[in-house]
Amino acid sequence: MNDRIEKRIELKASVSRVWQALTDYREFGEWFRVKLDGAFVAGEVSRGQITYPGYEHLKWEAVVQKMEAERLFSFTWHPYAIDPKVDYSKEPQTLVEFKLEKTATGTLLLLSESGFDKIPAGRRMEAFRMNDGGWTQQMKNIERHVTEKP
Amino acid sequence: MSQRSRRRVTAAARDRAEIFAALGDETRLLLVAKLCSGQLHSISELTVGSKLTRQAITKHLRVLQRAGIVHGVRAGREKRFEFDPEPMQEIKQYLDIVSEQWDQALARLKSFVED
Repeated sequence: MNDRIEKRIELKASVSRVWQALTDYREFGEWFRVKLDGAFVAGEVSRGQITYPGYEHLKWEAVVQKMEAERLFSFTWHPYAIDPKVDYSKEPQTLVEFKLEKTATGTLLLLSESGFDKIPAGRRMEAFRMNDGGWTQQMKNIERHVTEKP
Repeated sequence: MSQRSRRRVTAAARDRAEIFAALGDETRLLLVAKLCSGQLHSISELTVGSKLTRQAITKHLRVLQRAGIVHGVRAGREKRFEFDPEPMQEIKQYLDIVSEQWDQALARLKSFVED
């Protein structure tokens, strides 16, 4: 059984364009849906506020690990740190890695998140709650979209 | 009795790390593979074909029991063991959720850089 998540996605954009979207904190914030306080710096904590609809009360916190230009961007964080009253700082973190490879048509992005074997079981239930809320919100978004633009 | 104690074990909080650790061993994986058939197995049956002693197998079964992957059921004087897929399904479900969140984030990234 695997304790990591791996994704690969082909992007029709240059490696430098994708690198910028990943590591410029304003651009990252736009697609990831988080308002970050400042630039990503390797070895430093990145803080901000989630802007994903329904989760705006949540803080974003990650520790930037590696920034190897146009090749590797990685950070560690607490997955599903969704209860503002809980101090997650003592809990183990997962490692998120974005790896970039140039292709004929653009960029191959390889994403992995690892270290789930260290995450305590209670957090699993929070993830279910969050997912449920997430889907409820998604359904509302779709509904609004179709009713506004029939 | 076995049903009730089984439910109690199922309801108990289990650490994901314990499940991964329990499965991170060749002997225990082989035991799980044998028990996956859905049938109840005695320790003697589980020891057949293994180089390990009955005591060693018993020890490995105890680790699997603690993780909630295997349950012991008393049948007369003999104890038999059965596989419980639930803890592994729970982990799979959890990773499916995280995976789904990444799919959505990467789809947003895709339209962000390609537009």
